[in-house]
Amino acid sequence: MIRGVAAVFVGGLLRRRAASGLSVLAIALGVALGLAVQLINDAALAEFGRGLRTLAGEADLRLVGPASGFDDALFEAVALHPLVADASPVVDVSARAQGQEAAIPVLGLDVLRLPAVQPALIPRTDEDRASTAFAGFRQAGVFLSPVLATRLRLAADTPLVLKGSAGALELAVLGSVPGAGAESVAVMDIHAAQHAFGMTGRLSRIDLRLRPGATPDDAARALATLLPAGVVAVTPQASVAQARGLSRAYRVNLTMLAVIALVCGGFLVFSTQALSIARRRTEFAFLRAIGLGRRRLRAWLLGEGALLGIAGGALGCALGVGFAAAALDWIGGDLGAGYFSGIAPSLVVSPGAVAAFLALGVMAGLAGAWIPARRAGAIAPAAALKAGAGDPLSAAPGWPWLGPLCLLLALAACLPPPLAGIPVGGYAAVALLLVGGVLSLGRLSRVVSAWCPPVPVPLGLARARLQAAPGQVVVAAAGVLASSALAIAMAVMVASFRDSVDQWLTKVLPAELYVRAAERNQAGHLSVAVQRRLAAMPGVARVDFLRHDRVILDAGLAPVSLIARPVSEDGHELPLVGEQVAAADPVWVSEALVDLLGLAPGMPLQVPLAGRSHPFTVAGAWRDYARQGGALVMPLARYRELSGDALADDAAVHLAPGHDVGGFAAAIDETFPAADLEMASPGEIRRISLRIFDRSFAVTYLLEAAAVLIGLAGIAASFAAMAAARRREFGMLRHLGLGRRQIAAMIAAEGGLTAASGALGGVLVGGAIALVLVEVVNRQSFHWSMDYRVPWWSLSLFLVVLVALAACAAVLAGRLAMSGSAVRAVSEDW
Amino acid sequence: MLEISNLSRRFGGPGGRAVLDRVSLQLPAGSYVAVVGESGVGKSTLLNLVAGLDRPDGGRVVVGGTELTALDEEALTCWRRDHLGFVFQAFHVLPHLDLLGNVALPLWLQGRRDQGADAAAAMMLDAVGLGGRERSWPAELSGGELQRVAIARALVHRPRLVLADEPTGNLDPYRAGSILTLLRERVRAAGATGILVTHSLEAAATADRVLRLEPGGLVPCS
Repeated sequence: MIRGVAAVFVGGLLRRRAASGLSVLAIALGVALGLAVQLINDAALAEFGRGLRTLAGEADLRLVGPASGFDDALFEAVALHPLVADASPVVDVSARAQGQEAAIPVLGLDVLRLPAVQPALIPRTDEDRASTAFAGFRQAGVFLSPVLATRLRLAADTPLVLKGSAGALELAVLGSVPGAGAESVAVMDIHAAQHAFGMTGRLSRIDLRLRPGATPDDAARALATLLPAGVVAVTPQASVAQARGLSRAYRVNLTMLAVIALVCGGFLVFSTQALSIARRRTEFAFLRAIGLGRRRLRAWLLGEGALLGIAGGALGCALGVGFAAAALDWIGGDLGAGYFSGIAPSLVVSPGAVAAFLALGVMAGLAGAWIPARRAGAIAPAAALKAGAGDPLSAAPGWPWLGPLCLLLALAACLPPPLAGIPVGGYAAVALLLVGGVLSLGRLSRVVSAWCPPVPVPLGLARARLQAAPGQVVVAAAGVLASSALAIAMAVMVASFRDSVDQWLTKVLPAELYVRAAERNQAGHLSVAVQRRLAAMPGVARVDFLRHDRVILDAGLAPVSLIARPVSEDGHELPLVGEQVAAADPVWVSEALVDLLGLAPGMPLQVPLAGRSHPFTVAGAWRDYARQGGALVMPLARYRELSGDALADDAAVHLAPGHDVGGFAAAIDETFPAADLEMASPGEIRRISLRIFDRSFAVTYLLEAAAVLIGLAGIAASFAAMAAARRREFGMLRHLGLGRRQIAAMIAAEGGLTAASGALGGVLVGGAIALVLVEVVNRQSFHWSMDYRVPWWSLSLFLVVLVALAACAAVLAGRLAMSGSAVRAVSEDW
Repeated sequence: MLEISNLSRRFGGPGGRAVLDRVSLQLPAGSYVAVVGESGVGKSTLLNLVAGLDRPDGGRVVVGGTELTALDEEALTCWRRDHLGFVFQAFHVLPHLDLLGNVALPLWLQGRRDQGADAAAAMMLDAVGLGGRERSWPAELSGGELQRVAIARALVHRPRLVLADEPTGNLDPYRAGSILTLLRERVRAAGATGILVTHSLEAAATADRVLRLEPGGLVPCS
């Protein structure tokens, strides 16, 4: 019995190979994308954690401070603390090597402290240099980890030339750091590093090994009194958690995109299953009549959905592993987002992740088959077996209030704050909007068809069918709505983001030329002498110097960027947002800090500078798309006054009238030949930034295209199935005098109107989803606000093309209807 | 006047099965004949050829002086639109049009989408016993009522030729009798020529003349 019934259902899947194949592909796409994102992020985090364990070694606790470092006098006090067994001071800088684009992490270490705290970083002198006693103490020597040595490919006896604070720094390669594993790091003597990188008398951190019985929490509390402002005690694990937290929102966003693709797949399963059930209505009625129970029929049909889900899930998992491997090779562990730069993670396929995404695929298949299976179970055998029984797809889905209810709930879901940094409410709102939109498609189709004129006859017939058969529209256009909503939402979100970034760049880059000593957090700066000479150069109207640092405002948060620059009292040079207040000692915080620290204009903020905490007042918030972890701006003069640091990292040069940028850049090269300064015009920075932006979002464009193709495939599959089911109707129309072209026009009109209903729903739902993405998801995930911008022209073109393609897809799918067999279909016999 | 001469139709290519082989028939205008025959003998194929919905392998069909077998598809479609009414076994009433829309459909196809078309359709519905139900939907009707709608639709545009293919095949004997009587009356009232294809001798008896389709052609049925 079971084998016989199985043949009926599995055979049904095989008979509609094209539709089943499309459903499987759609599910596979969602599963593949989701699994790939998960595996890539897992690999990156695992490698990051591994690297951190290598570098931290036996350390139980780390004392970390600002990027500019803290007074090394702290070391002695900490090392002598009764809870501390061993302490190892570290200077951690990154520097650019000659001929290398990416910066090299350089650790300045006390070799004598390494065995107890960071044994993996003990350098080993090359055999041919074994005679060099205490090579680790040589001022001009460096040891390279095997990975870095391979990357640099330095010839024997070739020194490593790094960019130091006072220009080029030539370092002899003395040996290797064999225990560094996969880390790409250079190790040198701490005093040499301090001297070379402008950190004399300063440390980046102190790694501590605690005495047996002392817990990190106890030690952190006990040491707190010794620590200057801006230096905090954290466990090495906390850094991994911070990295995980920082990258989580990006990963969850990509995963949500994958889930939306999966939802599109679910809708395609829904369409194909609903149509298949409509076609096999008599078959099911017969099976019911000969004893197949209602529940068992439902179970078999759900089984069909599950089978599609398993096939899609399995294919998706295979593709996902492939995508992840390729992405790790080509883009890196952070998918180009910059969270894990400098590490080379390797892929480890976690059975748990594979099983979870396979289960998601099965759930998509089951969810898509759920409503059609319930409808099939509700078929009355007697009525369905009768000739001329009604069209089961005509009826609108039950629960007419459910669509509007979902839309209302979506509104409510936007209100709660994020959960653990994840905009759960925002994602729920997206799902509710999609479901509510699909359930409201019947109403929308009535509106769309009411706009359509009743003549000529093919158009009138298409209009009548759509008005009388809303259920058919729901089935055929669900995929179009879901995919076009996704495409429109992403297009609006990306356009809003790009436009806002463009405006932001214009605001933050007002000068004609930008001169930079080094990338952020790298060694190298503009000395006071260089600043003076630069400001005095002919053609300079004004130079604004900028100093970057990273400070710790809260022990639980990653270090925050501090930007010291000339700012007016009202801060109008910054891309300000929201309310501003006048303050005596003002700082302007980025939106991320507003969210992360709960700051608001007028509130006090303690900022650690040079080991002391200073009270400031938040004068306002500004938009910052460059630093997701948060940033604050303070007037340069005040920074210099409080920190005693007169160096600068960047210079924004405003030229006097009559001087051109190219000529001035050449003059800088001539004036500072040894400084290796980087120069860029705002246009260049803007172009590069927007190119990086476009590259980052390329994956979303691909996904949109795939989603739209899935939606169109859904229309084609729906109309192919409907054309087959309506052969007799078309035959009758031919008998009445409707020509092939008129029938083609009727099908095209039905396809176009159906797609237009889906597209109109897509516009409304997509616009609403975009609003949720802009106002809730992005804000809560990345703490970025942006101006809502709708790319009307490209969206209009997209919609026109979508509707036209849908009409063509419907006609192609309905070719059967115009064949001679359709004429004979009205007869029961020859 | 309907004139069928040596009409042949073969399915499955030159070596395939000959469903009709040199069938001939002449019917004067206003006549109403029934064609009976066993299943698979080619009754429906004959109707499709007469309606110009299928191309014969040989022979010709002339209706009212127009040789249908010489017309191209476009012309045939126009001819059907103006001069042909069709009643099917499975009714084929469009579920998404109300009764008035279903009956008025042939008039719409002629380009008449006005109150006159609606009035003609309402009158025809009244004539088949469904007066006052213009705004009802097909799903609300019984099989017999659906076939009445189909008859009204076949006659609303005053066709020259009405073809009925097993119109009572899906109905019980009581309803079948009344439908056949109605069909005959309405065809006569419209002054059209009618061909009723059926395998039921009782149904055929409602026609003026009964012909049997055999492999050798159409022969009078005694």
